[in-house]
Amino acid sequence: MTVGGPAIGARSEQTIEAIQGENKVAPARKVSGGKVISWVVFILAMLYFFIPLVATFEFSLRAKPFGAAYANTFKDPQFFGSLFYSFVIGVITIVTSTALIVPTAYWVRLRLPRLRPVVEFVTLMPFVIPAVVLAFGLIRSFATGPVPLAASQRGSDVLLVAAYTILSLPYMYRAADTGLRTIDVKSLTEAGQSLGAGTFRILWSIILPNLRVAILSGAFLTLAIVIGEFTLANYLARPAFGPYLNHLGGNKSYEPAAVALISFGLTWAAMGVIALIGRSARGRSRTVEVGGAH
Amino acid sequence: MPVGSIPSTAAGDGLTPREPGAPSVRPARRRFDWSFLGVVPFFLFAFVFMIFPIGYLIAGSFKDSNNNDAFTLQNYADLGTAQVGRAFANSIEISLVTAIAGAILGLLLAYAIILGGLPNFLRGFVVTFAGVASNFAGIPLALAFIFTIGQLGLLTVWLHNLFGIQLYQSGIFTIYSKLGIEIVYLYFQLPLMVLIIAPALDGLKKEWREASENMGASSRQYWQYVALPILTPSILGCAVLLFGNAFGAQATAYQLTGGQVPIVTLLIGAQISGDVLHNPGLGYAMAMGMVVIMGLAILAYSILQRRSERWLR
Repeated sequence: MTVGGPAIGARSEQTIEAIQGENKVAPARKVSGGKVISWVVFILAMLYFFIPLVATFEFSLRAKPFGAAYANTFKDPQFFGSLFYSFVIGVITIVTSTALIVPTAYWVRLRLPRLRPVVEFVTLMPFVIPAVVLAFGLIRSFATGPVPLAASQRGSDVLLVAAYTILSLPYMYRAADTGLRTIDVKSLTEAGQSLGAGTFRILWSIILPNLRVAILSGAFLTLAIVIGEFTLANYLARPAFGPYLNHLGGNKSYEPAAVALISFGLTWAAMGVIALIGRSARGRSRTVEVGGAH
Repeated sequence: MPVGSIPSTAAGDGLTPREPGAPSVRPARRRFDWSFLGVVPFFLFAFVFMIFPIGYLIAGSFKDSNNNDAFTLQNYADLGTAQVGRAFANSIEISLVTAIAGAILGLLLAYAIILGGLPNFLRGFVVTFAGVASNFAGIPLALAFIFTIGQLGLLTVWLHNLFGIQLYQSGIFTIYSKLGIEIVYLYFQLPLMVLIIAPALDGLKKEWREASENMGASSRQYWQYVALPILTPSILGCAVLLFGNAFGAQATAYQLTGGQVPIVTLLIGAQISGDVLHNPGLGYAMAMGMVVIMGLAILAYSILQRRSERWLR
């Protein structure tokens, strides 16, 4: 039916044009007009987005001798140290978040559908709590008292992982929940039970592999955010990549440009992996990957 | 209900034979349902590391630190005082400006790549890039803009060499200002808008356009009377989300201005490091004020999102 209507309209239009024989220019110009505006918008946007990157690159090359900013960066043990620290924290965060979210999302879907809105609400709370407020609360409430986590180095590491896990809840939960929607949780569970598997075995060998794609994109987003995150790491006084770059920005002239570009490259790599994972995924569920570490 | 098992007959009327190995029949009393234990770790974690710390701030915001922590509402009344009030005003202004500008420009860019007739591969490129740019924030973003339009930045130098415009000496512009923050924030606001409005633009059905054209509507009329009214709740919802996104941002402004432009997140940060307000309770109240504003933004977003789903599926 959708084919029929417009076809008739188009044909009659053509007929009229054929009769009048002069109006062809008008519609053609209209189409190209919209296209020109689109190109202008696109090009202006690209200028806005790429000039800062080009400028950063140009700035990093001003160091003498040529490439010194990069050479110095790669010679700096703190560069790799902080990057490695942030990477490890990111991986621990992903494991914690997955271990927390997947069983919960599975259990809610299978046994406790009534709790679903509550769980959803809790996972969305981090959207309402800015990182600096979370840092404020964590530092003040764990500074003293029975569990003075903020008072020691290891304790602060624990707090940092916990805070990042909280920040990852919204998209990790959504990723897991969307993944669970595409599989028949109930039948898979029954199949597992009939073969004698317990709940943990079912989660580990059936549910988790089925959610691999969904979890992975959430995981890489978490990694990208954690590696660039500044606020929490700074106030918890952790030797992470964000505070390192901030410190570098205040003390060196050209190296910060090099490191900022490398950081952009890392974000790009993480997003590239997410895009690849998404492409290999069956179906075309569109997920918006939006983080929150500004 | 237990998982699986036999459907209707398993209700336990005591007559139907049970499957072998099933627990002995106790029809009258249901066993206590332990299944809630499965979600305990999640709620425990959320309580310890999110709800308890925020609760600590809430409790602190009602305490009078000068008077043995007695109950008070004064901290909230003090939110209007010079320093804190100005920070809130600045934060709200910056968030509003970047939300509105980001929404309009993001909508334009999304329109260009989705409906504007640009080659298809550009769409994939822009969406991927938007994913990167919306996450490229904080310290490196601020640095990138300092290298672009800071005192020695590439654009600053170009403007001087090509047009003789001296941005910094003449005092027309500085990146370390409200306008500077807004220009930098747009770098993650605009791509975020593209990402979240794209599904709505995709949801505009071809049939609507065809129908309006068949009735003789011009392109302008189609947008004015059909497309924009349908998109309005989505656009507003996205703008509200952008507002929250900018309102909670801290690292970018921290690197950029180092606190020269007082905004709420920077003031809270200063309050963490040392009691700059000389009143802990006021710091807690300020944090709560932020949470309330963010909460209102998210609430408005979800309401608008629900309204937009009426047409766009």
